[in-house]
Amino acid sequence: MTDALFTYVLRLADDAAILSQRLGEWCGHAPTLEEDIGLANVALDHVGQARALYSYAAEVEGKGRDEDQLCFLRVERAFRNCLLVEQPNGDFAQTIARQLFFSAFMLPFWEKLTGSSDATLAAIAAKAEKEAAYHLRHASEWTIRLGDGTAESQRRMQEAIDLLWPYTGELFEADDTVSQLVAAGIAVDPQGLRAGWLATLSRVLEEATLTLPAQGWMQTGGRDGRHSESFGHLLSEMQYMQRAYPGRNW
Amino acid sequence: MYTQALNARETETSAPEDAERLAAFQARIDAEEKIEPNDWMPAAYRKTLVRQISQHAHSEIVGMLPEGNWISRAPTLKRKAALLAKVQDEGGHGLYLYSAAETLGVSREELTEQLLSGRAKYSSIFNYPTLTWADIGAIGWLVDGAAIMNQIPLCRCSFGPYARAMIRVCKEESFHQRQGYELLLEMCRSSEEQKAMVQDALDRWWWPSLMMFGPSDTHSTHSAQSMAWKIKRFTNDELRQKFVDATVPQAHFLGLTIPDEKLAFDAESGHWTFGEIDWDEFSRVIAGDGPCNRERLTARQKAHEAGAWVREAALAHAEKRAARRAAAQVAAE
Amino acid sequence: MTEKTTPLWEVFIRSRTGMAHRHCGSVHAADAEMALQAARDVYTRRGEGLSIWVVPSAEIIASDPSEKGMLFEPTASKIYRHPTFYEIPEDVGNM
Repeated sequence: MTDALFTYVLRLADDAAILSQRLGEWCGHAPTLEEDIGLANVALDHVGQARALYSYAAEVEGKGRDEDQLCFLRVERAFRNCLLVEQPNGDFAQTIARQLFFSAFMLPFWEKLTGSSDATLAAIAAKAEKEAAYHLRHASEWTIRLGDGTAESQRRMQEAIDLLWPYTGELFEADDTVSQLVAAGIAVDPQGLRAGWLATLSRVLEEATLTLPAQGWMQTGGRDGRHSESFGHLLSEMQYMQRAYPGRNW
Repeated sequence: MYTQALNARETETSAPEDAERLAAFQARIDAEEKIEPNDWMPAAYRKTLVRQISQHAHSEIVGMLPEGNWISRAPTLKRKAALLAKVQDEGGHGLYLYSAAETLGVSREELTEQLLSGRAKYSSIFNYPTLTWADIGAIGWLVDGAAIMNQIPLCRCSFGPYARAMIRVCKEESFHQRQGYELLLEMCRSSEEQKAMVQDALDRWWWPSLMMFGPSDTHSTHSAQSMAWKIKRFTNDELRQKFVDATVPQAHFLGLTIPDEKLAFDAESGHWTFGEIDWDEFSRVIAGDGPCNRERLTARQKAHEAGAWVREAALAHAEKRAARRAAAQVAAE
Repeated sequence: MTEKTTPLWEVFIRSRTGMAHRHCGSVHAADAEMALQAARDVYTRRGEGLSIWVVPSAEIIASDPSEKGMLFEPTASKIYRHPTFYEIPEDVGNM
């Protein structure tokens, strides 16, 4: 059970850390100054979540590792984040689509997790829930604005939705780790969130005059450490300092 | 400072204005009254302020880039959060300052265009590269330290919106210098190798930081008028001296050497005396030939161009929505 | 200048201290929702606020600075509105 809990928390931590890494890349380069500040806020929320989750994962593991060792000293194949969060920022529409898919899932996820029998997870969820609610609002409004904006923005937003769609299936995967913890009242059954997630997306995309893609083939592998080619580059940048100067304090 | 290029430029002689009004305006300034956007003001006052505030704003925005260069490589999650929050703050400060400039009748779009076309200046300091993680600490400690020296008196600037923006900026910036110094302290304590990185960063950032205060008083053409208008409260050299006096002991506490053989403490005056600044380098970097001028401007241009369709879309959507609302209202009547 | 201007909004924040909404700055935004979001992201990063108002800057009606004398000076002589105008013997105690 400890192994399963460690894996489960680590997955959540990796999701948050990797997404914050991607969002941080926007800082100084966003379409408007206001949005630059807005995206940094979202990124900072995820850094905070990652820290809390890694610290808890380290505690569960009990091998004396800390949040930074988990984040900066594991290799590609050891990362357990879903493929969606590691996808490159692309244009602003792609970043917004990634935010929309992810936050539309995470909001009900954190809501449910506040009822976890694991007190630490429940507490982390209670804080993250409010953050996710804002992330969803932010992503929804931009999706609508871009979808129902100009011909170019509509094309870009639809392309972004279509491009990232195959990475959404993984959000709902429930392997043995998950089922075991669901049975114990610790984890959330992601299958139960699908209908709500689709309803949220349908509402937003309809107002945005965009089309929800057909189900189609879904990519998988992130939870087992099989990532995109771009992921190694993300890690080599993110982990550079800890790799170049092992064992130092910063 | 962030508006150091101002000092080098010639003042244009303003059109003759009503002497009585000018005297009344100066009397208000002398009485420490705040000038507000709708108040009458001499054209030259307005022009100086627009130029100074917008240069200050541009400096904040361009200043996001050298530090932003290390967000993705911050060594710990704690440092990543601090750096991201700091660079974000700089964006916020640019925003407050653009807003202050806008009260004088120029739009954000015009100001942005001036920056992107290369016509507007920004602080020379941001044209230097951040080569190692220690540079992030050095920027917080030295560059923000220098900025705070300049910005605290600006909180009492005669122009209300500028003064109010600076109050907000100063309040927020208090953590910037501390996070930089703390980061360097941690490195110096951790290992000799890291301490050497810190010394290297100090060697590279020290002189450019002193240049931030602008030309020496003997060469600063604008100072007298700006002082009379209370846009400026201290001269460049006064602020530079204050900065050196505050910073040298901090360097010594870290066990570092200031890269200036002439640096000495003058017991009589209680000040640190220092060597001559390389003013050729200063002029060169201001004029566009610093190590990173081109990269900085290119990065801003790229972000602006890549975001054009987003800004257009937001406006188009707002128009559509307004039109739909109007139509619904007509239908309801 | 080819770029269309994005409207300016004035931001008012009610802080935790129970005070009235107070002007704290401005943001650019195409629509009201965007303005609210920008105001939240820009002006409440340090837990400053509990409520936000945004108003299109163009909708603010301001008094004319040249009428300052007419508008505000006449009240300066109405010192009888201030408590210190009235003399009460100290023996009466605090009033």
